[in-house]
Amino acid sequence: MATLDSKVPSGPLADKWRKHKADIKLVNPANKRKYEVIVVGAGLAGSSAAATLAELGYKVKSFVFHDSPRRAHSIAAQGGINAAKNYQNDGDSVYRLFYDTIKGGDYRSREANVHRLAEVSVNIIDQCVAQGVPFAREYGGLLANRSFGGAQVSRTFYARGQTGQQLLLGAYSALSRMVGAGAIELHTHSEMLDLVVVNGQAKGIIVRNLITGEISRHAADAVVLATGGYGNVFNLSTYARGSNVTAIWRAYKRGACMANPCYTQIHPTCIPVTGDYQSKLTLMSESLRNDGRIWVPKRKEDRLKPPASIPEEDRDYYLERIYPSFGNLCPRDVASRAAKRVCDEGRGVGESGLGVYLDFADAINRLSESGVRERYGNLFDIYHEITAENAYQVPMRIYPAVHYTMGGLWVDYNLMSNLPGLFVLGEANFSDHGANRLGASALMQGLADGYFVIPYTIGDYLASQRPGSRPSADSAEFRGAEENVRSLTDRLLATKGKEPVSHFHKRLGKIMWEHCGMARTRAGLEEALKLIPALREEFWANVNVPGSAETMNQSLEQAGRVADFLEFGELLCLDALKREESCGGHFREEYQYPDGECKRDDANFGHVAAWEYQGADRAPLRNTEPLNYEFVKMSVRNYK
Amino acid sequence: MVADNSSKSLSVTLRVWRQAGPAAPGRFVDYPARNLNSNMSFLEMLDVVNDELTKQGEEPIAFAHDCREGICGTCSCTINGKPHGPGHGIATCQTYLRSFKDGDVIVVEPFRARAFPLVKDLVVDRSAFDQIIQAGGFISVRTGAAPDANSIPVPKPDADLAMDAAACIGCGACVAACKNASAMLFVAAKVSQLGLLPQGQPERDQRVLAMVGKMDELGFGNCTNQYECSAACPKSISHDFIARMNRDYLKASLRSALKPTSNASGGGAG
Ligand SMILES: Cc1cc2nc3c(=O)[nH]c(=O)nc-3n(C[C@H](O)[C@H](O)[C@H](O)COP(=O)(O)OP(=O)(O)OC[C@H]3O[C@@H](n4cnc5c(N)ncnc54)[C@H](O)[C@@H]3O)c2cc1C
Ligand code: FES
Repeated sequence: MATLDSKVPSGPLADKWRKHKADIKLVNPANKRKYEVIVVGAGLAGSSAAATLAELGYKVKSFVFHDSPRRAHSIAAQGGINAAKNYQNDGDSVYRLFYDTIKGGDYRSREANVHRLAEVSVNIIDQCVAQGVPFAREYGGLLANRSFGGAQVSRTFYARGQTGQQLLLGAYSALSRMVGAGAIELHTHSEMLDLVVVNGQAKGIIVRNLITGEISRHAADAVVLATGGYGNVFNLSTYARGSNVTAIWRAYKRGACMANPCYTQIHPTCIPVTGDYQSKLTLMSESLRNDGRIWVPKRKEDRLKPPASIPEEDRDYYLERIYPSFGNLCPRDVASRAAKRVCDEGRGVGESGLGVYLDFADAINRLSESGVRERYGNLFDIYHEITAENAYQVPMRIYPAVHYTMGGLWVDYNLMSNLPGLFVLGEANFSDHGANRLGASALMQGLADGYFVIPYTIGDYLASQRPGSRPSADSAEFRGAEENVRSLTDRLLATKGKEPVSHFHKRLGKIMWEHCGMARTRAGLEEALKLIPALREEFWANVNVPGSAETMNQSLEQAGRVADFLEFGELLCLDALKREESCGGHFREEYQYPDGECKRDDANFGHVAAWEYQGADRAPLRNTEPLNYEFVKMSVRNYK
Repeated sequence: MVADNSSKSLSVTLRVWRQAGPAAPGRFVDYPARNLNSNMSFLEMLDVVNDELTKQGEEPIAFAHDCREGICGTCSCTINGKPHGPGHGIATCQTYLRSFKDGDVIVVEPFRARAFPLVKDLVVDRSAFDQIIQAGGFISVRTGAAPDANSIPVPKPDADLAMDAAACIGCGACVAACKNASAMLFVAAKVSQLGLLPQGQPERDQRVLAMVGKMDELGFGNCTNQYECSAACPKSISHDFIARMNRDYLKASLRSALKPTSNASGGGAG
């Protein structure tokens, strides 16, 4: 059984991080260059970490499967990044950001981690501005803010609708500077396919070069995974096609615990699905909920009528009606379920009936069309490209889609997993968002982890490792791991079945969405737990992966990732089955209040579930880390 | 007006560049693609064709893609002779079949440029762009060393213009569209973004000299003011930034020629 010591420092909440920084061990500057650190992933979390660790003097090797670090999925974030700057003088504070995040996460995150996140949020904005990130500004030249779901203050910084892009390019420039200075060895087109554990500690990785097919072994003193979220287990999602679970799944199979995989976020404002050929769903940033009003017709019979012909009194602005104080800005899980409910009632709009209107008519009256264009122009353009509709004239149609995963590898306060030497940052870890993430908080967390947490906490671990003690990449453990990767690749190529990889990915996605999506039931989850292993068996009997392992082979890349999703999806459903309560993004129909809100069970489930691999033929072990709320009282979330 | 988005069915012939590797010979191969939905994206059509090829036991067409929403800069097809295809201000992945007609023959090639060597089929190596950024496309600020964000006010027009330049997604369409395979628009966008901001001033000269020097060294061509780059750019980045960079480059060259070459300026430090 794994030991899950959260290592949360003692003392008052607001002093914990400061005290911890003063207490942890340091590596002296002359010794830093003797340590090698592998960083896998160069999204916001990975590139900020790699750049900062290199600036400190560590030798850093950075690996990405993309052709450039600038392509990481962080680039697609649109809306913004939170920080408790209180530049608007509207009553924001570190405590308020902390509290909003705890509450938004439905009391399923660790208090100390979240408080630290809120504390360092202010430094992130300073850092990014200094790097030249062109945040939106007011006429006086100072930074502008907007509001986001789950908050009643305006604390979100943004760069048009391209905030993730601009923050990533900032972090990428810092990374590039250190690559240019020779302090980071950059490996692009390099996919991590196994973690190497030596004497119980993470000491290296096995990598496949996606252009040449070459497999290589890399040893280090510590390994940092910042490989993003696993939402593509649903196939259709707002993620980039390449996003995957492979790195953290293979680390799990080497002993790292997987925490709360069932906490997945369904985003309320995405463009609805149109056809079977579809490869991805596109998000319409939540920032649109600042000015757009969400509604469906009051009567089923009206659902196919042109929206303009439906008079005000026949419209149901259901979020404003049910949640008068937060209205269209209630948190994502709440807004998504409300959309599902009105569509289940038969009032959904569009051909499929799976859509609700997001209407800008009022905003255009108030701000003029050009005012709306200034704020959201690029989002309206995206909408137009995809749907060929002009949202300045007809309301957008939106529907929830898979968007973010709060679960991930378990980490302690130092962001180290239960495997010593393995650190996990960004969306890949489970740490800060509990059962539901608030908008504009993932970018904040990725950069907090990379710029301001890991540079301190990794030192505490490295100081316990003798310089030069890192194992050789020729040792038995490395050879064994390489063998493991080769045999998996050979097996995929040798199956020579009839169906392409996409066939299995689509079917898995349907099972997940139907049985483990916005609303889950015991019976549905039990069904999924039968269907997934059967599909996995079929995959291994009937998948067709053409080509060879010695060249660029995109089918092979995809096959490896889908093989992992076919295992991971089962764990996700198992976690959802065993968590017999509703909280945040995890909604079990059996556990709800009469008004359809989540019914938590703090007494029995006020804990983190951290799954431990027991081998291919044995059920995984469900470990728990109790969540002790010392400072905030766990209460029923209320956005009314 | 609301455009027509009702779905129609169409069939086309794809004439695709196939090349197994950099050293292998390449050629066009025709693939029929039938009964497609006009609301399908161009890349979704390639998915469908690839699944068919796989079922027939052939190797699918390699093509670069990831976000499929026009922001990561990975997709890179030249469609009917135009980088990113017929639309304006969009990337390959944002091209929908409603831009084509039933019966069309669609020619699909990789981005072609000397500095972007071919990897396989429609995939090219654009790491030269990363090398240009590594040479100077940054502001040197160590993590933790930054002053309060609002202590550096930036006039809104400058911030907006910097953002216009910063919108570049690094896809390389500008290079593929240019008959000289010049990277001027890419470099100018980054130089302008940082040069427009107060934070970017200390390294302004050094930056433009280093980045332009690297660009030349990597085998990109010269700019002869044809502006095909801006026309092909999925973010419609203006070629005005090229003129801005040329001015910066000239000033920086003059100033660096006047600068003392030894470390004389630091002489008094003791
Ligand atoms: C459409 C969209 C909009 C969003 N908008 C917002 C927003 O407005 N505000 C907000 O706060 N959040 C937003 N989010 C969420 C946020 O963007 C992500 O959670 C965050 O960017 C994740 O960053 P990351 O660094 O953890 O991972 P990523 O950016 O996903 O990076 C993962 C990295 O890991 C690498 N990698 C993965 N697997 C491997 C492997 N096996 N081997 C080698 N390398 C590997 C990849 O190459 C990549 O470099 C949005 C998300 C989406 C999908
Ligand atoms: S796939 Fe990302 S820009 Fe086209």
